[in-house]
Amino acid sequence: MSARDRILQRLCAAAPGITPLPPDVHAFHAASDAEQPASSHAARIKLFCEKMAFWHGEVVPATHANWPQKLRELCAAKGVRSLLHAEPHATVLQAAGIGGLKPYDRPVEGWKRDLFENTDASLTSTRGGIAETGTLIIWPDASEPRLMSLVPPIHFALLDARQLYDNLFAAMTDQGWSEHLPTNALLVSGPSKTADIQVTLAYGAHGPKELIVLLLLEEGEKEDLQ
Amino acid sequence: MNATPLQFVPASEFKQRAATAVANEHLRRSFRGAMDFLIGKRAAQFPDAALLERQRALAEHIRKYSLARLPDLLEQLERKLTENGVQVHWAENAEQANRIIIDIARRHSTKLMVKGKSMVSEEIELNHAMADAGMEALESDMGEYIVQLDGEKPSHIIMPAIHKTKEEIARLFAAKVPGATYTDSVDELIGIGRAVLREKFMTAEIGLSGVNFAVAETGTLCLVENEGNGRMCTTVPDVHIAITGIEKVVEKLEHVPPLFGLLTRSATGQAITTYFNLISGPRKPGEKDGPREMHLVLVDNGRTQAYRDEQLRSTLQCIRCGACMNHCPVYTRIGGHAYGTTYPGPIGEILSPHLLGLAATHVLPTASSLCGACGEVCPVKIPIPDLLIRLRAEAQHDVPPGHTPMLGQGAAKSGLMDAVWSGWAALYTRPALYRAFGWLATRFRALTPPLQSGWTVSRTPLKPAKRTLHEQMAARERR
Repeated sequence: MSARDRILQRLCAAAPGITPLPPDVHAFHAASDAEQPASSHAARIKLFCEKMAFWHGEVVPATHANWPQKLRELCAAKGVRSLLHAEPHATVLQAAGIGGLKPYDRPVEGWKRDLFENTDASLTSTRGGIAETGTLIIWPDASEPRLMSLVPPIHFALLDARQLYDNLFAAMTDQGWSEHLPTNALLVSGPSKTADIQVTLAYGAHGPKELIVLLLLEEGEKEDLQ
Repeated sequence: MNATPLQFVPASEFKQRAATAVANEHLRRSFRGAMDFLIGKRAAQFPDAALLERQRALAEHIRKYSLARLPDLLEQLERKLTENGVQVHWAENAEQANRIIIDIARRHSTKLMVKGKSMVSEEIELNHAMADAGMEALESDMGEYIVQLDGEKPSHIIMPAIHKTKEEIARLFAAKVPGATYTDSVDELIGIGRAVLREKFMTAEIGLSGVNFAVAETGTLCLVENEGNGRMCTTVPDVHIAITGIEKVVEKLEHVPPLFGLLTRSATGQAITTYFNLISGPRKPGEKDGPREMHLVLVDNGRTQAYRDEQLRSTLQCIRCGACMNHCPVYTRIGGHAYGTTYPGPIGEILSPHLLGLAATHVLPTASSLCGACGEVCPVKIPIPDLLIRLRAEAQHDVPPGHTPMLGQGAAKSGLMDAVWSGWAALYTRPALYRAFGWLATRFRALTPPLQSGWTVSRTPLKPAKRTLHEQMAARERR
């Protein structure tokens, strides 16, 4: 008999007890939501910005049209000499006149050291955000691999404000995550940090030292935000 | 249960170590300060007591439901992970788990394994096993890296290096990290760790991680962390090995948010951690990074013993937030090392007897004033004080016929103690004997021994009154 079978046998031999009914997470959220005023798009944006700032993430308002320009300004201000990006973004970034573009166009094995040591920043898209906790939903795939949001010291992320959800449960159920998770879905709330030395907070533990969210708003929404 | 319990610092020497720790003012100050900080941070996350109770009830429900269906869920998890391209291994004890990992490491000619935080890997003493096999296992969580560099063990499950000051860490780095000069700036110290470990992430053949939640329906392993070292370990090396206790599985993805929300808030008072990593498989064709090979090691190591009994099963509800230790008056005074076990504090007191047996650990469930704080803050409502009392009883008694004994059942039994209690029972069930004893004890009170076993270690001796209570009451009524 294998270890597996022996473990399962021991578990099955245990007193079954009473199996509770399946937990109803939907009902829990429905009850909580009923107690509060319905959240609005504007309120979600405001809350997301507050929470992301709390995690030391920077939120830069932009529009679907002007974000490449904003990104160029940010790169210049932060002295970014090389920007890692997904291939589909190449055209728009070039058009904005951003220098030092580095497409993630081959397996990491061929250029690991270059990625770790000579890549200042990266740009990724997101699949949405979570207002309650100031969180980005990142969905790496073949064109935007996992390490883009981890290795370069500065991480720029594009977030469409229409994709903001109240909380993780809402995002997960609305987007149907359980049907099609990628190899590595990620929630990211701020730059990497640690408090392991004397409970003192320090940023840039192993991952990015800075997280900058380009929050894509509709024309006219920006004024509401400020 | 044929495993040899693994123990490098015997828990049975707990009392001596506790006495030493209590006398260490510096240690007490750092734990008191850190625990007060964490208690305050947690409290700030739960301003609405009624909401917290609803959240705890839901989380408890999810954990109880998952445990009730554990064998089914483990099989479902294995099936889904296998479909996703993950190799699933099962280990009954530490020895088997280490062998599985070392075999994988040997197949890949491993020199270096980088490790994300994993308490189960501490539990099985993987680092020692790897070293014996001639391979390096390097901790990459900053706190774990610091304690490993100093040849120590974590003193807290969430904050491994909480017992160290930044000056101690500064001296440690200056002495042990090649090229590092003394600095007591926390930012610079973290910078030193970052530089050393980034080099290691690039060169390690294998990355190892723990698992916070395993989702059966999707075959997903969830990892909670702030630093990003967990992501490095699970993404950069060619092989990722995840290791977890068999109890961490939940049925559905939607069962995760309620547990995750309580875990981070209870642990460090954060609404969320920087990273929440949902891994559902190795690199797919066309993807440009991520491990090419992925394994999950499911570890029993005594958990099925806790599972066997309905009351003790609630031990396995734990999501390892550490709130019970942060709020424990005993833990705060003696720190994590005094326990001598991988899991210190109240959760360690109720879990270690299953992992290591009562013979080695029966003293741990007595390291509690039963104040109840641990049970009150537990996000999944484990009745820790009840379990402590239960384990104390199991250590003192044999099982009734027909029941399976726990590992080390009755280990704390003593003939003298049994005789004392038999005598006590005899006195209290025979009125004549009781009256005679009362008369003798009061009349010959001058002969009461000055040393009364454990009582007089830190208290003044007990001495009977001049007359028994019965006599005093009778005299009062006569007046």
